[in-house]
Amino acid sequence: MSRILSYMDILEAESVHIMREVAGEFERPVLLFSGGKDSAVMLHLARKAFAPATVPFPVMHVDTGHNFAEVLEFRDRVVAELGLRLYVADVQSYIDDGRLAERPDGTRNPLQTQPLLDAIAEHRFDAVFGGGRRDEEKARAKERIYSMRDEFGQWDPRNQRPELWNLYNGRHAPGGHVRVFPLSNWTELDVWNYIKRENVALPSIYFSHKREVFKRNGMWLAPGDWGQPQRDEAVEMRTVRYRTVGDMSCTGAVESEAATLAEVIAEIAASRITERGSSRADDKLSEAAMEDRKREGYF
Amino acid sequence: MNETTSHTRLLRLATAGSVDDGKSTLVGRLLYDSKSVLADQLEAIEFASRARGSQNADLALLTDGLRAEREQGITIDVAYRYFATPRRRFILADTPGHVQYTRNMVTGASTAQLAIVLVDARKGIVEQTRRHIAVAALLRVPHVVLAVNKMDLVEFSLQRFHEIVEEFTVVADSLGVTSHTAIPLSALNGDNVVTASENMPWYHGPTLLSHLEEVEVGDDLSTQPGRFPVQSSFSPSARPDWAASRCFGFGLPGTYVAGQVAAGTFSVGQTVTVMPHGTRTVIEAIDQLGGDATDAVAGQSVTIHLFDTAAAERGDLIAAVNDTPHVGEEIVATVCHLSERPLRPGQAVLMKYASKTLEARVEQLIDQLDLATTHREGQPQQLVVNDIATVRLRTAQPVAVDSYRKNRITGSFILIDPGDGQTLTAGMVESVSTVQKEPS
Repeated sequence: MSRILSYMDILEAESVHIMREVAGEFERPVLLFSGGKDSAVMLHLARKAFAPATVPFPVMHVDTGHNFAEVLEFRDRVVAELGLRLYVADVQSYIDDGRLAERPDGTRNPLQTQPLLDAIAEHRFDAVFGGGRRDEEKARAKERIYSMRDEFGQWDPRNQRPELWNLYNGRHAPGGHVRVFPLSNWTELDVWNYIKRENVALPSIYFSHKREVFKRNGMWLAPGDWGQPQRDEAVEMRTVRYRTVGDMSCTGAVESEAATLAEVIAEIAASRITERGSSRADDKLSEAAMEDRKREGYF
Repeated sequence: MNETTSHTRLLRLATAGSVDDGKSTLVGRLLYDSKSVLADQLEAIEFASRARGSQNADLALLTDGLRAEREQGITIDVAYRYFATPRRRFILADTPGHVQYTRNMVTGASTAQLAIVLVDARKGIVEQTRRHIAVAALLRVPHVVLAVNKMDLVEFSLQRFHEIVEEFTVVADSLGVTSHTAIPLSALNGDNVVTASENMPWYHGPTLLSHLEEVEVGDDLSTQPGRFPVQSSFSPSARPDWAASRCFGFGLPGTYVAGQVAAGTFSVGQTVTVMPHGTRTVIEAIDQLGGDATDAVAGQSVTIHLFDTAAAERGDLIAAVNDTPHVGEEIVATVCHLSERPLRPGQAVLMKYASKTLEARVEQLIDQLDLATTHREGQPQQLVVNDIATVRLRTAQPVAVDSYRKNRITGSFILIDPGDGQTLTAGMVESVSTVQKEPS
């Protein structure tokens, strides 16, 4: 009898296989958990991979200090429910004591790299799970599932390890670490279809709601502690939702009536804009913006 | 695309050909015409194309993601692309064609069920094409599509197409490609990529995309002999938190092994052999990521409850009793050398296969494949990057492996530099045997 798996079962099985390989070969893995949909899916996969045991590694949040309240609440609730250990790499404290300087535009995404690398070094994490997907961006399309980082956290796109079959080589130099991307082969729509199939809980901001927003550089931003509209930027009440969750200063809302998973999936399937194109200001800087930030140690 | 896609089948494919053949343009065309390119991506490449002085959007820019690639106008690394039609989901490994990037094509082809080899209709089958077909054959990609591109530049000539197909068929057959198809097209204008060409009324076959949607690649592993590499194992006594769990019989004595089924089907009640020891045990229960199941098939990640305690550990291979893999310390394999650092006889390496890593030594470089002539020739002194050769290895302990011909997962391995952890070589097992002990 022949049986062929659906593509979603194949993606799930592949991600679980990757997580189990990491657990089998590394001393101190950690899972990056922002409370966003990709990290929620990652945690869900980790629970399934190791059930009925608990997830055998801690989670870490790189906190820019510009968080959506709903996302922080979600993060803390999930961590408590699963009895996970949470590490927070805190960008705000770096700014407070002068180790990092606030940028003129108030954007903190580029500031995440140093606290992340310091936390990896301090806790001696040797494998860091990220929810990055190859469909997100051109430079990510060339990233391996196991991505080597040197002691400065740098990615060298010209010198990546060949990755064949399902054989992952996690050997790394002392002081270096490996970034692991189990969702490499997933697309945005796959993530949403999986969330629906598995009933994965998400922060409420992914669904349509009314919010005060103002337009900057073509994006709907929400005012908050991170910053306020300037004189010529009018605040309006709009019905919006978020396609990605990141730093409030550079994560835009999209106008949307999609209030349920089914409606979100229908909206994404019909969308003519990528999720980063619709909601991330930081990738619009240059043709190679993501490649440059990844080289420096960003996810 | 809608929810029904969750039941859709997946096809993994690799493309090979150089930028001169229009490979990136073809891939861009597939993505563009299947409506997988979104407005902001198109806007970005239109902007970049204009900056380079080009009138039309250069579709190749969709795939050449690294700065160096765009600057040099070539594909350097494997890029993975995702697209879907209502009939199938595709994961496309877009690989570079130049000889110095053979290792990247090997990487892309290692997981592919189908390879598209691209040729320029004006040039026909050139040395590079032979090399691409040889790599696809070596990696045992189940189906090869010859995409004869730039038909517009040979006046859409049926005769020219036939000449190329004839030559291709001879080469493919001699290299052992069992299943192949040739399609005439023009990626630049879209002829026969997604929509049927009006310029080639003599061609009655499918367009490239409809062929990709429909082709049966014949690589169903679920009917092969059972293979389950163990990724981790636990006994309930070692996990007191499990003893209290009522989930999937956890807490019962025995051994719980987690892994992904590499081939075949395993069922509850089945007697299995744990390799390389050869001990037998029985499957008590199977958990498919949270759901009790009666069986597990190739591709599924599951947890299996074995009857005996300490029955298996990470690195072991659980196999069907009637067809177990061979066990030995001496492996003859075809390898593709991936590293800038040469591989030499006597060299100490680490070998990773399935879920096991162990020490090994390169005993002998037996012969080397000349990709231009596709002949194997005698005893190289060392292997340099992109070399393909037959080698003999000796492992520190007996290993249970299949021939790559039989199973692409349990018959493949990588060699790792024990010093700095670099991946040196990719290997495909031809045979395994026990070392003959010298009589004392």
